[in-house]
Amino acid sequence: MTLTLGHFLTLGAMLFAVAVVGIFLNRKNLIVLLMAVELMLLAVNMNFVAFSHYLGDMHGQVFVFFILTVAAAESAIGLAILVLLFRNKSNINVDELQTLKG
Amino acid sequence: MDVKTGFFYVFSLVLLFAAFRVITARNPVHAVLYLMLSFSQASAIWLLLKAEFLAITLVLVYLGAVMVLFLFVVMMLDIKIDSLKQSFWKHFPLGATLGAIVVLEMSAVLLSGFKVSESPKALLVLGQAQELSNTKELGKLLYTQYVYPIQVAAVILLVAMIAAIALTLRERKDSKAIDASLQVRVKAADRLQVLSMEPTRAAPPPSTAPESAPASATPEVKS
Repeated sequence: MTLTLGHFLTLGAMLFAVAVVGIFLNRKNLIVLLMAVELMLLAVNMNFVAFSHYLGDMHGQVFVFFILTVAAAESAIGLAILVLLFRNKSNINVDELQTLKG
Repeated sequence: MDVKTGFFYVFSLVLLFAAFRVITARNPVHAVLYLMLSFSQASAIWLLLKAEFLAITLVLVYLGAVMVLFLFVVMMLDIKIDSLKQSFWKHFPLGATLGAIVVLEMSAVLLSGFKVSESPKALLVLGQAQELSNTKELGKLLYTQYVYPIQVAAVILLVAMIAAIALTLRERKDSKAIDASLQVRVKAADRLQVLSMEPTRAAPPPSTAPESAPASATPEVKS
């Protein structure tokens, strides 16, 4: 039994589903929401790398490179916003983020 | 079932377990540590796929930089876990149902639709047929065809850095730092003011307090 492309794609799908369930579960904890988004990006990267290997196309790995860049920028700004939020509100509860609500 | 398949299953199981622990851990520090474990397993799986450069990049950039940033922030903030975990399992049935639907549908499509077997095709990039290392091929693509996107990526990182600094920068209330532009724009007349005073004069009434110009460094005496 050898590995096929479907194995890796299914692994990516399962990882993505775990991250979606994590967003459903941790609806209050902002920092775990950020971690779930990181897991989703990891699942997408897994698909890109698997396609790149099995189709013999190097461009998929270039895309993973750019996704890593954007994910690093996203987590840096997200954590900065989180620190700012904690400084102003003394908690990171998503339910209390309703200052803009009219 | 060869060795590679066995390694794939081991890494996948550890990866999924770590991802599950990320979303269910009570302590955010534990969640970050399990996220580090899951990223390292993903890196091992990418090594199985012969993407060596990206695997090492994942370890260096993600485990070395981003996860440590997460860990810093988690440990810096004093998070009250109990209030965040109150309605934790309330949405679990809905979430589990949705996740199971996603997994079942996608695996039904993917496992049957992509029967691309283990046929290591030679990576034909830039019209070259000889086998190069993964890093060399990626570098050739990045610095020829993707040279403008990689500069856009650099600008994105710069914007992220400036935004993170600008968001979290806070001036201290008791800071004695000098505004540089005010200091540059000052004229000689603002610094020193020569007054011609009478030798003797009557004491001023106590109601008129001496006022000082905002940009003058020397306290001036009203004549």
